[in-house]
Amino acid sequence: MKLYCLSGHPTLPCNVLKFKSTTIMLDCGLDTTAALYFLPLPLVHSPRLSKLPGWVSKDGAINLEKELKECSGRVFVDSQPEFCLPEKELLDLSTIDVILISNYHCMMALPYITEHTGFTGAVYATEPTLQIGRLLMEELVTFMERVPKAQAATCWKNKEIQRLLPGPLKDAVDVWSWRKCYSVQEVNSALSKVQLVGYSQKVELFGAVQVTPLSSGYSLGSSNWIIQSHYEKVSYVSGSSLLTTHPQPMEQSSLKNSDVLILTGLTQIPTANPDGMLGEFCSNLAMTIRAGGNVLVPCYSSGVIYDLLECLYQFMDSANLGSTPFYFISPVANSSLEFSQIFAEWLCQNKQSKVYLPEPPFPHAELIQTNKLKHYPSIHGDFSSEFRQPCVVFTGHPSLRFGDVVHFMELWGKSSLNTIIFTEPDFSYLDALAPYQPLAMKCVYCPIDTRLNFHQVSKLLKDIQPLHVVCPEPYTQPPPAQPHRSDLMLELQPPPMAYRRCSVLGLPFRRRYERIHLLPELARSLVPSEIKAGVSVATVSAVLQSKDNKHVLQPAPKPTPVPPSKKRKRVTEEPPESLNPKPLLSGAVPLEPFLAMLHKNGITEVKVEETADGHILHLQTEDVLIQLEEDATHIICDNNEPLRTALRDLVLRFLQKL
Amino acid sequence: MPEIRVTPLGAGQDVGRSCILVSIGGKNIMLDCGMHMGYNDDRRFPDFSYITQNGRLTEFLDCVIISHFHLDHCGALPYMSEMVGYDGPIYMTHPTKAICPILLEDFRKITVDKKGETNFFTSQMIKDCMKKVVPLNLHQTVQVDEELEIKAYYAGHVLGAAMVQIKVGSESVVYTGDYNMTPDRHLGAAWIDKCRPDLLISESTYATTIRDSKRCRERDFLKKVHETVERGGKVLIPVFALGRAQELCILLETFWERMNLKAPIYFSTGLTEKANHYYKLFITWTNQKIRKTFVQRNMFEFKHIKAFDRSYADNPGPMVVFATPGMLHAGQSLLIFKKWAGNEKNMVIMPGYCVQGTVGHKILNGQKKLEMEGRATLDVKLQVEYMSFSAHADAKGIMQLIRMAEPRNMLLVHGEAKKMEFLKDKIEQEFSISCYMPANGETTSIVTNPSVPVDISLNLLKREMALGGPLPDAKRPRTMHGTLIMKDDSLRLVSPEQALKELGLSEHQLRFTCRVLLHDPHSDTDTLGRIYTHLKSCTISKQRQGPAEGKLRQGELKGN
Repeated sequence: MKLYCLSGHPTLPCNVLKFKSTTIMLDCGLDTTAALYFLPLPLVHSPRLSKLPGWVSKDGAINLEKELKECSGRVFVDSQPEFCLPEKELLDLSTIDVILISNYHCMMALPYITEHTGFTGAVYATEPTLQIGRLLMEELVTFMERVPKAQAATCWKNKEIQRLLPGPLKDAVDVWSWRKCYSVQEVNSALSKVQLVGYSQKVELFGAVQVTPLSSGYSLGSSNWIIQSHYEKVSYVSGSSLLTTHPQPMEQSSLKNSDVLILTGLTQIPTANPDGMLGEFCSNLAMTIRAGGNVLVPCYSSGVIYDLLECLYQFMDSANLGSTPFYFISPVANSSLEFSQIFAEWLCQNKQSKVYLPEPPFPHAELIQTNKLKHYPSIHGDFSSEFRQPCVVFTGHPSLRFGDVVHFMELWGKSSLNTIIFTEPDFSYLDALAPYQPLAMKCVYCPIDTRLNFHQVSKLLKDIQPLHVVCPEPYTQPPPAQPHRSDLMLELQPPPMAYRRCSVLGLPFRRRYERIHLLPELARSLVPSEIKAGVSVATVSAVLQSKDNKHVLQPAPKPTPVPPSKKRKRVTEEPPESLNPKPLLSGAVPLEPFLAMLHKNGITEVKVEETADGHILHLQTEDVLIQLEEDATHIICDNNEPLRTALRDLVLRFLQKL
Repeated sequence: MPEIRVTPLGAGQDVGRSCILVSIGGKNIMLDCGMHMGYNDDRRFPDFSYITQNGRLTEFLDCVIISHFHLDHCGALPYMSEMVGYDGPIYMTHPTKAICPILLEDFRKITVDKKGETNFFTSQMIKDCMKKVVPLNLHQTVQVDEELEIKAYYAGHVLGAAMVQIKVGSESVVYTGDYNMTPDRHLGAAWIDKCRPDLLISESTYATTIRDSKRCRERDFLKKVHETVERGGKVLIPVFALGRAQELCILLETFWERMNLKAPIYFSTGLTEKANHYYKLFITWTNQKIRKTFVQRNMFEFKHIKAFDRSYADNPGPMVVFATPGMLHAGQSLLIFKKWAGNEKNMVIMPGYCVQGTVGHKILNGQKKLEMEGRATLDVKLQVEYMSFSAHADAKGIMQLIRMAEPRNMLLVHGEAKKMEFLKDKIEQEFSISCYMPANGETTSIVTNPSVPVDISLNLLKREMALGGPLPDAKRPRTMHGTLIMKDDSLRLVSPEQALKELGLSEHQLRFTCRVLLHDPHSDTDTLGRIYTHLKSCTISKQRQGPAEGKLRQGELKGN
């Protein structure tokens, strides 16, 4: 059993597990941080961005002014943003049988994996994961295709040139494997391979392995996975949360008794408390609005935004800001808000019970009804005529490199009245802001990451007691910025097995048993004999049938009566196919009872001689020697087959056959 | 011999008060707990005294499963849990859990408030009963206890309807509830995987019917409604608030839009708005098309269909009214029916099945004079039409489901005995499996033959598979040999060598030595060589004959 690690990113994992005869990919996260090296894609022509100077090396030897632009001392690639894919060379992706998706953030690389690689397997995901994942992919595609770039920059990737570039571009790794965004066709084709599963549904893979998704509490439909056979159990934990937000709570007890637990997707901001951040978010927002400024919240179109809206729904009235409009701008804003209301089964109890009334589970329905929250597919169209300031705008993409957020950065960046509040933890906010410097707008960093922190995870591991833990390397050491914080790492006994991009780990497993079924007729025919107290043994001779990785033992067919023919004699002489092979013997032949037995069978003249290991019996009339030892019997008998057979049978009476 | 026992307390050779007891692997499960629309006395509810004479049912039942929200499947639930007494888990899907209490409350109101019956369950009892409900998700495997697991499949029929698989060890039963094998305007078709249950318990409402295509029926329906409205008549469509009503609403809504009709369409109870809201929130349970387009256009927001007020019934001019309940046995639909029955211009369209004893059943059978409460009689002059829109599987659908699930035995409930008989023969002929149709209170036992799961040592299995190749060869079955060790609760099959080792026994060697005198003209070495090759070729088969004759030592030939 092996684990191939195709991504080193702890929260955007992509691992491949080879277990029994199956090859299972666990998640395929897309690392979009590579986009930070690129210049933002403005929706409307931006004079500032288009006037940025091109980059020429100091000595003038390398001139890449078409490809690279300089902004406030940093160099950016002027091209369509690219993403860092999971490793494609480590193993043949066409051999993957299934892909298990744990949440919609961890499936964004799916089209790269399932399209153009020869992949023929199935993808398993829950319905919310599929639907919201589709929205996020469509949004990404729209962001890119809305503002097509004529040129694609590649010269800078040349190793010789990249070496001479200023940081951080110089240090970017694997730049040749970076890819542009996929197309809508590829998204549709990739998602057509998804098969829906529900929590606790047992899915059989080729009869060899059973996989089961469990609620992980992180987002709508997010799941952890159990991959097990009858004897081995691997748990895959990815993006889980113990906080009470909107999703169904995390299911923990089913993770118990794992041989191996693969742990990914812990919080990226272990030092920030999500509740505290939420409070800070609200107070900063209120401060800005009161001062007459606008608030920009760069965020994903699903997930924490539902909680933010719910929180604001309560907060705004109490802060006397009830009339401030909220705008949610995204090509999928409407769909995201609508979809969130129809997944009652996947929500926490308290939201679920609302549906029984029947009321929509999320209060943003009411915000929309009362016109406090308005959603638009983009800044073009109705939005430009309807929007009022001061306001709060939720829009993507959180990298600030594409999407409608770019426009708001250009629009509001110059005024110190406005505030941008970062809530998504995926991107460094300083890097995200770099191409907009110098910036007058206030920046507040309130990352809300509800995933497990180190304290929660060590408590969880103590409860569920996996034999071995596998995790990304960064979890085995304190964060580089806080080397003394040993509480921000995993300390386990035995120590966790760490992986990084391109690692191949052999998992400590020894498979010893497999499940087989005895047909009832066979089971009835067995004759158990008790060997020790409580231990019985039966010899089984049966025909093995293996089909779809399921094994069945059926009774051996009765030897068919041989049709009478000339060959008959020969046939009977030959041992029939189905006759037992030599059974193993065990036990010892006790001297006195054996002598008595011989006597009973007419062999009376026996001379017994004691040796170091046992006895030698000389049957004088028949001139036969029998050596009796504890673990062996040796019969020396010349030219008397009937006698030899008779003696054999007598000896066998004292021995156990297996 | 392990067996599965099934006893219908209701719905045995009958439609109404579905309630089926199943005993499997030592577990007792109640499937559905419905009421009978045709009776107003004790026969209305299943006879729970069959389970126990004295008192509560909790210790006799491991769980109760409700397939969908129709009252003939859940109407006796508060009576059973609160008045007879049951505190164990009750499983149903989310939509059923949401809608079921509303229909129960409705039913209670009609019975207690209108008919003035006492000794009936109260609103509080409905609430207490619903607290015992555990929601089920589709395809989720729910572990009721260590051994008993249940799994729900999509059944179509109405919003939230489910079929359930009940499994204990390797024995399993599937109960279909009511299901529909053809997708309709708002629901998808029932689906189940090839789970090969020991027993499939299926409804058989339309056991003998093979319905024509849905489109024809829809066209017929629209034509009849249209004609009546054109000549100024009124159309009454008795429905249940949830289910068929929504499908017909979608149908009429689109027709009205297309034909630009002006006659008003009304929906009788206050339930409509609420009912449609349920459909919006549980849109994941509707069919593919509605689910796909719901963001752009929600099919359950109707433009032409408005709420009905009692006074509208006397308005002149044409109109279409959907009124509850669906079998004309009480409530608003019966009220309107009485008002309109005398006019031959009017029409009543019965879109679903009617239980014996209801007004609906009587008029469908052509009865022209109805005895009403008191001594009054009612002349039925309006046209009576029957349109099978109720979403049950027809004979074809039932056969299709059997093909899907491949059960080893079949049991029919929820249908009329005569029709069942016909279908039973057909099933036995076509699938050569036994088919049962017990009456209420009659127990059917099905002997199962579960195989015995055993842990086989991987070494032994791999050795065996390597010898014979992975594929079984039917022509040359090969026997494998192993030792089954039974210790505590475990059964392990290992090779004899490993068994010896594990049991701490040592092997006993049995050897034989014989001297054979040969006369041969060839040289010694030559003879030796020939004997050696000959022996080598037959040693393998020789050794098979048993310990006594094997073990020839080639070395000892020397010098003889």
